[in-house]
Amino acid sequence: MEKQLFLGDEAIAQAAIDAGISGVYSYPGTPSTEITEYIQASPVAKENGVRSTWCCNEKTALEAALGMSYAGKRTISCMKHVGLNVAADAFMNIAMTGINGGLVIVTADDPSMHSSQNEQDSRFYGDFAMIPVLEPSNQQEAYDMVYDGFELSERLGYPVLLRITTRMAHSRSGVITRKPLSQNQLSTPEDGRQRFVLLPVNARRRFKVLIEKQDEFLKCSEESSYNQLILPLNPLKGTLLQHNAQSCSPNSLLGVVGKLGIIACGIAFNYLQENFIEGFQHPVLKISQYPVPKKQLQQLVDTCDEILVLEDGFPFVENQLKGCLGIGVKVHGRLDGSIPRDGELNPDIVSKALGKEVKTYYTIPEVVTGRPPALCQGCGHRDVYEALNEVIKEYENAKVFSDIGCYTLGALPPFRAIDTCVDMGASVTMARGAAEAGLFPSIAVIGDSTFTHSGMTGLLDCVNNNANVLIIISDNETTGMTGGQDSSATGRLESICLGIGVEPEHLRVIIPLKKNFEEMKTMIREEIEYKGVSVIIPRRECIQTYARKAKVK
Amino acid sequence: MKVNIILSGVGGQGILSIAAVIGKAALKDGLFMKQAEVHGMSQRGGDVQSNLRISDQPIASDLIAKGSADVIISLEPMEALRYLPYLKKDGWVVTNSKPFINIPNYPELDKIMDAINALPNKVMLDIEQIAKDLGASRSANIVMLGAASPYIGIDYSKLEDGIRSIFGRKGDEIVATNLKALAAGRAVAER
Repeated sequence: MEKQLFLGDEAIAQAAIDAGISGVYSYPGTPSTEITEYIQASPVAKENGVRSTWCCNEKTALEAALGMSYAGKRTISCMKHVGLNVAADAFMNIAMTGINGGLVIVTADDPSMHSSQNEQDSRFYGDFAMIPVLEPSNQQEAYDMVYDGFELSERLGYPVLLRITTRMAHSRSGVITRKPLSQNQLSTPEDGRQRFVLLPVNARRRFKVLIEKQDEFLKCSEESSYNQLILPLNPLKGTLLQHNAQSCSPNSLLGVVGKLGIIACGIAFNYLQENFIEGFQHPVLKISQYPVPKKQLQQLVDTCDEILVLEDGFPFVENQLKGCLGIGVKVHGRLDGSIPRDGELNPDIVSKALGKEVKTYYTIPEVVTGRPPALCQGCGHRDVYEALNEVIKEYENAKVFSDIGCYTLGALPPFRAIDTCVDMGASVTMARGAAEAGLFPSIAVIGDSTFTHSGMTGLLDCVNNNANVLIIISDNETTGMTGGQDSSATGRLESICLGIGVEPEHLRVIIPLKKNFEEMKTMIREEIEYKGVSVIIPRRECIQTYARKAKVK
Repeated sequence: MKVNIILSGVGGQGILSIAAVIGKAALKDGLFMKQAEVHGMSQRGGDVQSNLRISDQPIASDLIAKGSADVIISLEPMEALRYLPYLKKDGWVVTNSKPFINIPNYPELDKIMDAINALPNKVMLDIEQIAKDLGASRSANIVMLGAASPYIGIDYSKLEDGIRSIFGRKGDEIVATNLKALAAGRAVAER
């Protein structure tokens, strides 16, 4: 097959199409968005009727994926790391029911928080749910892991979690694709009720089954070609990138010179390779499938006096190896300061951990200043914040609870307009709680897509309690921050708000343009003064999607 | 051969369009390639960079190590300086001279020019102006690619092929315009 240049995300998407998925269920989130976008744009997927429109949130997405799997078909569900928090209820319980058609769940972690509010490590979720986790070290592995992942999922009867990080998601490399497979036929599970009705009587049994399965999952890891114990066959001459390294029997480890062993998880393996272009000088355990392969780990530990653990994200393997007392083998990594506790890995951090010198020849001249991201010129959110800022100056103690999206950039100069941004939907609910504590005015600013993701239920709480809040749903008719994906809210916001019980006279819509500036200020002032739930919807299309559509025309 | 390229600029300037041509050319040349991009929040007018690595051997890391970039190609002068710790001792900086001012505290341009001029190996050019003079104002990024072309380890003719393959579906005229832009950039570097 021909080699194609794919982003990690695109490799995953192409693999899912080639493996015969019948649907992808996702909510946009950097750095996972391009997986679903690629499938949406694929003529082959379209021709094969692969269902691919965006879902309201990660939970509805994963549950729909489970439904498709229940009906016997292969499906993939993709989200960013914090999206798995939203889908966690479904995720944990899919490990109880198991699957029917193959199910691959992709979470894209964002160490260094390039576009996220934390750097949680999804491998803990895999461990928590007690299901296998795959973590590719390059784009080809990402492709192969997904292509084979559906078969693995079907063979084990459980979903598999594919964990990638930003660098894997958004880095391009050549990938060789494989033969497309046809889709599964419709078939519901014969033992469906025993598995999928998680009444305590069934759940207790299912949990025992899951516990019993752990040995099999471990065996899969130990036999996986993605996990490799690699020896420095000739520490001076080994050719690294072909790494002539078989998985070895314990005996062949004997006689290895050097006492440091290295564990490299996922993409960390590349940074390690970069430091040993001429070949590894230490025994190396590459881990790309979990649970942690105990057999190979034991072999490594038996041979080495000290272990350096390289992993992007949290010290997941390091913690397991070290244990809470840190007795036994000496372990280096993020916990003893060999590697910074936070932030993504790179070749330089790995170099330093290996005691190598990182040479630089030039420094950044002092004249260089920071260039933070900003709301686009002409963006409607700008008009909203300008009006809001002017009005709330009239109040002594106004607070603006905001949310996840482009409008979070209202936190930065020149606006400095928001006081909080925590998690999807938290603007509405925090505004309610603060109002009930006596804060006035208590204002929420949320985007349209975030509102239908997780704001609607919070609004119902507000209405049921007649909370004294102003909710501004700044509607740009798209999911802007992730690049302009369709928003579930488009065309539905007024009817949703009215249906939830917002009083029609306190549901107001305006076009955020300079010419409406004074009107918008008046509207905001009036609704702040109304003692109850008000919703203002400033609506103007995202300037980016607008420009893109104009270009197509 | 092995070349490490850092592309830099401001979100929205289109550094990835340059990477796309180089990538196409590298692949046509049967070379290995890795390219780390920035998507997401920084694309909203923040500083952005892409790490592009090309080699006739398989490439390990997606990211370039400090002190090992052969060339920094920047669409904005201040952004050319942000990644200097990654530059090799004898590496080149090829940058647009025209600043993109979208922050209130943009430094004095003279100071930025001084810092660039202090570097041993640099090419500085006004890509927008050159493109405009050619009647190809939408091809400024290709002018930049032309100016960087002596330093990226790929035959000039392969870059031309890359342009033909990327712009081919837009018609012969667009291809010709971009080839002209490439040549104009190259001419500046060779001056």
